[in-house]
Amino acid sequence: MREVHVDQIVKTVADLCIAANYQLDDDVVESFRRFREKEESPTAQAILDQLVENAAIAREGQFPMCQDTGFAVLFVELGQEVHIVGGDLWAALNEGVRKGYGEGYLRKSIVADPLRRVNTKDNTPPVVWTEVVPGDKVTITVAPKGGGSENMSEVRMLRPADGLEGVKNFVVDRVSRSGGNPCPPIIVGVGIGGTFEKCAWLAKKALLRPLGQRHPDPFYAEMETELLERINKLGIGPQGLGGRTTALDVHVEVYPCHIASLPAAVSIQCHAARHKTAVI
Amino acid sequence: MSAAIKITTPLTDEQVEKLRVGDSVLITGTIYTGRDAAHKRLVELLAEGKPLPFEVKGQLIYYVGPSPARPGMPIGSAGPTTSYRMDPYAPALIRQGLKGMIGKGEMGPEVAEALRTHKAVYFAAVGGAAALIAKSILKSEIVAYEDLGAEAIQRLEVRDFPAIVAQDCHGGNIYKEGRAKYEIK
Repeated sequence: MREVHVDQIVKTVADLCIAANYQLDDDVVESFRRFREKEESPTAQAILDQLVENAAIAREGQFPMCQDTGFAVLFVELGQEVHIVGGDLWAALNEGVRKGYGEGYLRKSIVADPLRRVNTKDNTPPVVWTEVVPGDKVTITVAPKGGGSENMSEVRMLRPADGLEGVKNFVVDRVSRSGGNPCPPIIVGVGIGGTFEKCAWLAKKALLRPLGQRHPDPFYAEMETELLERINKLGIGPQGLGGRTTALDVHVEVYPCHIASLPAAVSIQCHAARHKTAVI
Repeated sequence: MSAAIKITTPLTDEQVEKLRVGDSVLITGTIYTGRDAAHKRLVELLAEGKPLPFEVKGQLIYYVGPSPARPGMPIGSAGPTTSYRMDPYAPALIRQGLKGMIGKGEMGPEVAEALRTHKAVYFAAVGGAAALIAKSILKSEIVAYEDLGAEAIQRLEVRDFPAIVAQDCHGGNIYKEGRAKYEIK
């Protein structure tokens, strides 16, 4: 068994929280530029220019790209040949978030109880998804998720008879009803199949895929391309002020499902599409 | 976009009436921050007939919960939060003389009605352009509800804060008009 000390996990998570909030990935910034070239609305063009400039200012390390530095959503792939030593993993992940959000001057946006709403003041706890995988590595992804776009996400239990068209209409309708609220241009994660909770997880995980990368199955790749076209015909545009750039990409992830079911989930990601990964 | 209109707070009815949907503005002067939790308290005070912690007449409220300021900086990142969550509260403040709000996303019919009746305006700032917007904020101080952390009410001094008129006092709504213009059926 390879030993990994919790101190290393704490430091890795803290560093990832900070990096994710200050350094927008190149695929996203490039996507702003590419859509800017095709955009017809002068207001939308001006907004896309501002987003490129904003990403550059954030990279200097003084100001996070968005004041909503998010719920820390962590994806942990734990190699089955790894032995965590020095403490417990859950405590280490929490400490990493606490350290990263403190030292990185990131906003503390979490309330301890959903109804009684008192802030935890250190942005803990994170939401953690752990998978046990082959090998002796620990792969950690930190994906801070803003509240405005998360609020526009939805799970729907469709009927199998609704089929491909039913899922496509649900996705387009969900984006249409969201208008300018989730900070378009957005990235749309779609989960299809599995169970109620599995499809929501798939939709969220779909947001981690690099922009422009299509699903390996040509059937779903085509679905992604068509959905992106339909969404960008809605006219919502950057910030909902009108334009051709409503979504930068659509990513679909699927899983086998029950003969009686067709679960589908839409996870909406704002243009501050933050996620950083490290391998220990 | 057409050249930006420079406006200075506090705003008068006459200034508000001149602003039309789609106008780019650069706001200079004092603005106040407030979001969900602070609004809940403000509207509770009004319901109890008690005074508000600051004079809202002629003022603007910016829907924002900034990230923490680094040492020596006036503020952290400070982009707008989604405004529809303030729909239940905004009309009561507009009735007290508030002249406008800054946020992101469409505000509801009850707010549109209050904008018309009481001459107020809703500006959209670019959500997620929070580092860029922070550069237009010169000073911040907490006015009330320090216990709310990022949701405390702050008085901001801003210079050339960039925004767009999204819903005006004439019933104009950029979310409906802009979308209709670019929708492909």
